[in-house]
Amino acid sequence: MFIINCPYCGVRDQSEFSCGGEAHIVRPKQPTELSDDEWAEYLFMRKNIKGVQFERWNHAHGCRKWFNMVRDTSNDKIHAVYKMGEKPPVI
Amino acid sequence: MTKYRINKTRFVDQTKTISFTFDGKKYHGFEGDTLASALLSNGIHLVGRSFKYHRPRGIMSCGSEEPNAICQINADTNLTEPNVRATEIELYEGLRASSQNCWPSLNFDIGGINNLISPFIPAGFYYKTFMWPKSFWKKIYEPLIRLSAGLGKSPSQPDPDIYDHKHEHCDVLVIGGGISGIISAKIAAKNNLKTILIEDKNILGGSTIYQNNKNFIIDNKKSNEWLMNEISELEKLDNLIIKTRTSLAAFHSYNYLLAKENISDHLPLDKKNGDIRQRLWKIRADKVIVAAGAIERPLIFNNNDRPGIILANSVKKYLDFYGVSTGLNNIIFTNNDSAYETAVSLFEKGISVKIIDIRKKSSSNIVKNAEDLGIRIYWNSTVVNTFGYKKIKSIEIMNLSEDGSNVTGNKHKIQCDCLSISGGWTPMVHMHTQSGGKLDFREIDQVFVPSEKSENHINVGSCNGDFELEEIVKNTNNKVKKFLNINESGFDKISVLCSKDLEKKNIWLLPNTISEGKTKSFIDFQNDSTAKDIKLALREGFKSIEHVKRYTTTGMATDQGKLSNMHALGIIADTAGVKMGTLGTTTFRPPFTPLTFGAIVGRSVGKFFDVVRKTSIHEWHVQNNAKFENVGQWKRPWYYPINNENLHEAVQRESKTARDSAGILDASTLGKIDIQGSDASEFLNRVYTNAWSKLGIGKCRYGLMLNEDGMVYDDGVTTRLGENHYLMTTTTGGAANVLSKLEDYLQTEWPELDVYLTSVTDHYSTASICGPNSKKILKKLFPNKDFSDEAFPHMSYQDAIIDKIECRIMRISFTGELSYEINIESKYGKSLWENCIKAGEEYKITPYGTETMHLLRAEKGFIIVGQDTDGTMTPIDLQMDWIVSKKKYDFIGKRSLYRSDTIREDRKQLVGLLTDDPNEILEEGAQIVSELDKKPVEMIGHVTSSYFSPNLNKSIALAVVKGGKKMKGQKLFVPMENKNINVTVSDFIFLDKENKRINA
Ligand SMILES: [Zn+2]
Repeated sequence: MFIINCPYCGVRDQSEFSCGGEAHIVRPKQPTELSDDEWAEYLFMRKNIKGVQFERWNHAHGCRKWFNMVRDTSNDKIHAVYKMGEKPPVI
Repeated sequence: MTKYRINKTRFVDQTKTISFTFDGKKYHGFEGDTLASALLSNGIHLVGRSFKYHRPRGIMSCGSEEPNAICQINADTNLTEPNVRATEIELYEGLRASSQNCWPSLNFDIGGINNLISPFIPAGFYYKTFMWPKSFWKKIYEPLIRLSAGLGKSPSQPDPDIYDHKHEHCDVLVIGGGISGIISAKIAAKNNLKTILIEDKNILGGSTIYQNNKNFIIDNKKSNEWLMNEISELEKLDNLIIKTRTSLAAFHSYNYLLAKENISDHLPLDKKNGDIRQRLWKIRADKVIVAAGAIERPLIFNNNDRPGIILANSVKKYLDFYGVSTGLNNIIFTNNDSAYETAVSLFEKGISVKIIDIRKKSSSNIVKNAEDLGIRIYWNSTVVNTFGYKKIKSIEIMNLSEDGSNVTGNKHKIQCDCLSISGGWTPMVHMHTQSGGKLDFREIDQVFVPSEKSENHINVGSCNGDFELEEIVKNTNNKVKKFLNINESGFDKISVLCSKDLEKKNIWLLPNTISEGKTKSFIDFQNDSTAKDIKLALREGFKSIEHVKRYTTTGMATDQGKLSNMHALGIIADTAGVKMGTLGTTTFRPPFTPLTFGAIVGRSVGKFFDVVRKTSIHEWHVQNNAKFENVGQWKRPWYYPINNENLHEAVQRESKTARDSAGILDASTLGKIDIQGSDASEFLNRVYTNAWSKLGIGKCRYGLMLNEDGMVYDDGVTTRLGENHYLMTTTTGGAANVLSKLEDYLQTEWPELDVYLTSVTDHYSTASICGPNSKKILKKLFPNKDFSDEAFPHMSYQDAIIDKIECRIMRISFTGELSYEINIESKYGKSLWENCIKAGEEYKITPYGTETMHLLRAEKGFIIVGQDTDGTMTPIDLQMDWIVSKKKYDFIGKRSLYRSDTIREDRKQLVGLLTDDPNEILEEGAQIVSELDKKPVEMIGHVTSSYFSPNLNKSIALAVVKGGKKMKGQKLFVPMENKNINVTVSDFIFLDKENKRINA
């Protein structure tokens, strides 16, 4: 049970949040131009890193805002939270 | 006093007698006793039978590590509880305990036969023996295992007790109320930190509280007296909460901990009912100090499991804490100094005691103390066998060879009635590892100790591998000060004198003269796994500790291997010739000790189990005899039986009336999302498969929403209320998910769009009126409105007023009938509904529930997302190509509709099914095959919806079938248990293909 610092609301219990998987996967602007393989890469392929991972989180039972989080999956240490659209920090 | 209650202590009040029963026989104990100490005071050691061999077993410890004394409490009442450790339960008046795992009785046990055939029950016995033949499993093996497994009986009546949950926050949480926990709590609380100290026993003090040996002195006082004084000072501190009878269940990341407090477990039966029994504390602590202590290890030698063989420090606790002697002729068998404290204590109470020590010598104070008292010590010796069936009678010892790998010389037999064993100590690192901490192996005394990395918790005392009193006190003081950034404490100038254990020797499996195959050297007492089993597992190729554990079931009983894990590891390391530190340990998972379901669930039982959502019209449904169905958290009317109608009869009547005259449905539960913003139309274009830009204001349109993988996700009608204003409806179950999916796209993929989403599901109630007479009813309700097809066509909406209240009327249909939906602010929902019913009376309007709704839409071939689809259906599979825009460049899921997999023609596709016998109704979920004789039978699809249609007077079904689009007219089969049902693939629109009824 982490404590997450929502960039809009502040420090809250993990139970208020839901995780949306890997961050910084941009939906292709022109999907029709893509081959099956290229589309599948966007659609299905996700990393599952043991270590520092960039993730999307949603303050589902709070402000409902999506934001990004850098978490070490091996010890659940949260290195950073930042708003959507902001540049990922260097960890 | 009984023969074995030989000592008066301040912890047991011998003026307060308590009566209890064990296996039906009445006994007495005193206030302060545990069930185990009371049984021992009555001379009772035999309390159970072992799991596999059904060997007689006795009380072996005094705490949560107890493997043998597992009882059923208050059998045959609603308070009964299985698998309770006699060493942990406090005695109370009226307690009825019975032994487990000893059918038909403790003293005569048919399972004992397993003991005689034990050469044939090796490791993996269950896996090997009970595999074949398959038919034997259900009828012979399983009942046999269940009968002799004896894991107690769960109660058959509802739990009468109340369980509570409470959240708590603190600066410092101290786990464990022994000497190091007390020092830690005092330092924290004295420095203005809000501190909580939890202790699982009923009093503080750990093992020091009964340590009256003169070799252990703190500030010139015996350590127990010093600690007693500290505790009384501790209790005066303001910002310290002391919670006794509270055990830590789990230590999660970010210092989130669960602790269970026993509130009424120790109270007499007549004072239990109605009160809170247990409370689960959910604690978030800034800092955690773990002072969980250590557990004494047994020694592993032949027949080390007889009743009367007890851990040495437990013998001391029974004597010095409870005043009970576990025997009158005691032998201590040890590899370390701590057991000498037990020997001295026994001697001082006048009990005969001898010591067998595997070491060659020890020159510590406590050993010298024992020697000075004249206690006989057999150095460099080991026990090779024990005798006595239901209680130990004697032992045989031999000398150890120079390197300890073998025995030499002659066997020497010694009489005894109790054998106290000590194999050293194992730090309780469970909490540390649960929180994510790692361990280091310490070679000198063969223990795993916490490897401190965390900034937010520390381990102090013996759980940190500090075993000497001086180390415990001084290291605790120093570590806690550093951890809490404190410069000085009241313990800085403390003086501690203690005996120091300098000679270390450890042999995981003690040698013997007889071959290993013929010995029974138990490692896991509860699950009956022996050293031999572990070696067999290694020979059979199991290498990982996790595999050996599961194969031999070592460490998998209710004590979770608290006594057995280290020895199992040690024997694996020795046998495989590897270093123990390289093996790792098995994973310690929460809870540390078993939790009751009640404590986990808390107050979320009965009507508090889950949120119940009711529409504003709910009361009317109840008064009109509706049967309800759960849809998500909603209670929806399922059908409205009249007189004694069953589901089928009611639904047939409702469906017929709705098509012949008029029906009304409470559609309030459908999800409603208010969409506003200058880009609202563009947003809908991107999330739905069809086009939205050209939808006129005041018009409605059905929309289908896909996942990015092209599979149907949700559907519903969306109405354009204004230029930049839409009202979207979703399925009842999908409402929340659709909203969060739309928010996700808006915030993360298309932040440039000016769109705002608001859930308004609960804001509006919806009455949906359908049937050929619905227009007449609407005219009665809204006399000033023009309901002609020209003024108010299908798929349009208008504002209206009823009883001075504004409402919205949508002319949309999910039944295929002429149909209107009236949305009104929720608080007026019931009055609107009652007006509709009144207006419809002359047309015999029928309220109908979800079942009739499902039937009516199935007649029209309308899908229900989640019933006819399962997340693997594209709109093309559903033959809904018409709703997929070819012109739009992109929408969610579009690209996936022509992946190589989604364009396959043999995908499961939606079809209609007609049974050859029109009265035969298929079962939903039934499998469909095309060839009955082919083996194996190939399943080509399944039935998704099936009803008897009163309007068509025949059975109809929707199904998904591989390549179904091209199979119209083809014969298929639905094999059931007793017959094969013949069906024909048909169109899935069964009624009114021309859509005439919508404008009837
Ligand atoms: Zn927030």
